Amino acid sequence: MRRIGALIWKDLTVEFRGREFVGAMAVFALITIVTLNFAFDLSGEQKEASGAGGLWIAFLFAAMLGLGRSLAIERERGTLEALTLCPIDGGVIFAGKLISNVLFIAVVQAISLPVFAALYDLPALSPMVLAIAIAGSLGIAGLGTLFSALVSTTRAREILMPLLLFPLAIPVVIATVQATTLELQGNSGDAWPWFNLIVVFDVIFVTMSYLLFDVVLED
Amino acid sequence: MPTSPEAAARGAMSDRMDLAGRLFAASSVIVLTAGIFMAFVYAPADRVQGDAQRILYVHAPMAWLAYMSAAFLFVGSVGYLWKRSATMDRLARSSAELGLLFTSLTLLTGSIWGRPIWGAWWEWDARLTTTLILWFIYLGYYMIRAYAGDRERGARHAAVLGIVGMVDVPIIHMSVTWWRSLHPEPVVINMAGPNLPNSMLATLLVCFIGFMLLFGHLIIQRMQIESVKDMLEDRELSSLLRGETVSGQPRSRPDALAPDSSSLIEGA
Repeated sequence: MRRIGALIWKDLTVEFRGREFVGAMAVFALITIVTLNFAFDLSGEQKEASGAGGLWIAFLFAAMLGLGRSLAIERERGTLEALTLCPIDGGVIFAGKLISNVLFIAVVQAISLPVFAALYDLPALSPMVLAIAIAGSLGIAGLGTLFSALVSTTRAREILMPLLLFPLAIPVVIATVQATTLELQGNSGDAWPWFNLIVVFDVIFVTMSYLLFDVVLED
Repeated sequence: MPTSPEAAARGAMSDRMDLAGRLFAASSVIVLTAGIFMAFVYAPADRVQGDAQRILYVHAPMAWLAYMSAAFLFVGSVGYLWKRSATMDRLARSSAELGLLFTSLTLLTGSIWGRPIWGAWWEWDARLTTTLILWFIYLGYYMIRAYAGDRERGARHAAVLGIVGMVDVPIIHMSVTWWRSLHPEPVVINMAGPNLPNSMLATLLVCFIGFMLLFGHLIIQRMQIESVKDMLEDRELSSLLRGETVSGQPRSRPDALAPDSSSLIEGA
């Protein structure tokens, strides 16, 4: 547990000094939200549904941007080698990376949710929407951290990352968009089953990625 | 060529595979010929759908094989990570390729049928959506292999995706079903289901068996080709290591192979 904490602390320190991830991800999420305004009608009767969809497209894209580099940057700097030389197993590295990725995405969400709420005049700042956002990013980051390690060795990682992450993350995307839509429509009761479903997907994806992470780290 | 016991055992093994492959090929030709006859002549035209329904005899087996390839891919991937055996990796590689082929054919034949019956090439039905996502996963599997560079790393990474993807497919299907069930769509015409007339059922069964035999033939064929490819690559590597040039011989030509492996090529 302390080792995981040390890894997360390291990632946060690096991010605080270099500001490579969160800034870029947040700006990207914001620009996506603004651009979607021109693609969908976000003022009509169905704006809760299209708003929730747009919000999650922005989150997914921003998450992908950060996740794609998460392990590649360690490999480029040679720090991944140092990490694997440490007397800790791959599971600890996975947990540390996963949690710092979720934290980065959470910061991005914390920045973009108020903007989204203001621009589209939707009640996006309720505790339930925040809970959905965190649960959804855990599932996406669970798969994403595994794929991040997987594509970090390849040449075409910017292409491979979405190609792997998008189709496999579909269950989380469906559940989060449904839950967010229902919540924005003020229908919290119906949002709960979808939220529980996100948690189930989180458990499956995180467990699976945790078990397979060692295999990917072998090189 | 080495005549070690292992090499001899491998030779006997590939001879048996070869025989099995030929048997599958011959029997699938016979059964599928009967299947084509039954599908076009013996089975009656559907009362509602007319002749368009006959595509079922191809479409349903294709879909079945697409999902069977997924099961094979999963077994091959788990087997490779567990035992690190090249055969398991070849099984995974071959089933991913067949999976890509059969999901494509499933989607195509389904669209062709959907156009006259549903009036649309595509519906966001749970089964269609899952098959489309499966197609993307097979494609991702291919890209991972292509970009990995190193053979061992490609096999390992692809195996990880094989496992994650195949565990994910049922989850995707469930989530898409729930997603659709909350948004009622115009009623999608159900394939007749179990209450098919006997003649149609028999035709479907014959086509299923025929295509399964064809699948058996294809996967053996594919694995043998992969095995020869690996052998060639190893040979080129080891001759490079010995400092010999391979310039006199064109790369990857069958005549560059030793006699004992040329039998594999003939079967291909």
